[in-house]
Amino acid sequence: MKKILITSLISLMLATNVSADTDGENNLSKKNSGEVKDCFENVNRATFKFNQVLDGVIFEPVAKAYRILPSPVRAGTGNALDNLSTLVTIPNNILQGEFKKAGVNTGRFIVNTTVGVVGIFDVAEKIGFPEYEKEDYGQTLGVMGVGPGCYLVLPVLGPSTVRDTAGSFANILGGDAWYNVTVANDTQHFSDFDYYASRASSGIDFRAKNIDSFENLEKNSIDFYASVRSLYLQDRQQKIANSNAITETQNDSDWEEIEAQ
Amino acid sequence: MRLKKFLIFTFVIINFVGINQSYSIEPDVFVQSTVNRASEALNNKYSKEEKIEKLKQIASETVDINGIGYYTLGAYRKNISDNEINQYEMLFEQYFLKSFSSRLAEYSNPEIEVVSKEKLNENYTMVSSILVGTEQRPEVKIDWRIYTKNPENPLIRDLIIEGLSLARTQKEEFSSIIQSNDGDINALFSILKEFIK
Repeated sequence: MKKILITSLISLMLATNVSADTDGENNLSKKNSGEVKDCFENVNRATFKFNQVLDGVIFEPVAKAYRILPSPVRAGTGNALDNLSTLVTIPNNILQGEFKKAGVNTGRFIVNTTVGVVGIFDVAEKIGFPEYEKEDYGQTLGVMGVGPGCYLVLPVLGPSTVRDTAGSFANILGGDAWYNVTVANDTQHFSDFDYYASRASSGIDFRAKNIDSFENLEKNSIDFYASVRSLYLQDRQQKIANSNAITETQNDSDWEEIEAQ
Repeated sequence: MRLKKFLIFTFVIINFVGINQSYSIEPDVFVQSTVNRASEALNNKYSKEEKIEKLKQIASETVDINGIGYYTLGAYRKNISDNEINQYEMLFEQYFLKSFSSRLAEYSNPEIEVVSKEKLNENYTMVSSILVGTEQRPEVKIDWRIYTKNPENPLIRDLIIEGLSLARTQKEEFSSIIQSNDGDINALFSILKEFIK
């Protein structure tokens, strides 16, 4: 029953996504994050404010406390969480046709989970398995040509799009091996708590790594909500393009236009 | 007499050559030199106020503030009067210098290494650099969009940090403010005035 409900919800979201992109053009090909519509801006802004309050009360203080921990402890925690996220990256590598990366990531996961003590030490990197970018189901949908749809701000989880939110549901529909062995199935070895604790820790780890950048951005933005939206959409656009080449992700025509001044 | 003529001739030639000699500056050399100046300005021997003043001076000389201002305003600049454009240019310059300098003033002794450059066309070259990581922050990739229309006076038009363009972020921020105020540019002016107070 739960699966039927989730599947229906995803279908509905993707249908909304299609209607939001009825011009038939692939937004990614326009290479402009500004093309993504903020269809629910009022609700999004309210949720954004709620998240900011929540961040001020819970996440920021916890992240600041976390930063007090010795550097090797933080590095080890970050590595272990990265190692768990590989379980979502590998199927997405395969779905995107990146079989070599899927192989390397599988090797990384096996080596780091065993020799690297549940991923605390990145032994794989040292023996020649390079670390690749993380992949998720939202990115895979993007690579397959699904447009981002409307911009969304989710309570607690933060910025997203209809496509990326729909992609996240794949994790709980069997697409995340870590979710499968903790929450979805009773394996006797892990509990629901392990999954939710790892997710919360990932959030804290990310927040701790970006405390200064967030503070700086908030202080120097005249519309913080719009800045975060722009940065999120640019970041997703770049990740879906799987490219570090600036020239592929920036639109030169934006600049050429001002030459006519 | 002959010697005098020779000296005058030599003097004229030297001056002529000197006046017509142009010095184009390579974009990567320009970025490294700008970064070195900024690093010196961020030295801890200066107070925060001194750092901000020095950074503003560097930005005034090396950033195409007017160009970024036009880009940031986007299509709206076509629908506003000359008077409003002048007001915008003045406000944007102050906003930019304050925002730019206070963003950077938080860093102390940043170490930036220029890695490579890529010429996009006659007007633009992208210079890639790395902000060397420390125990507090990871390594950060920074790309610089350099406007090279006048090769003797290259100017910075954008900073792209880990693939995220600051100019584009700013453009979308401004656009959001104007849109949520029914296209009224004066709403943006009020917010900019409030920011630069």
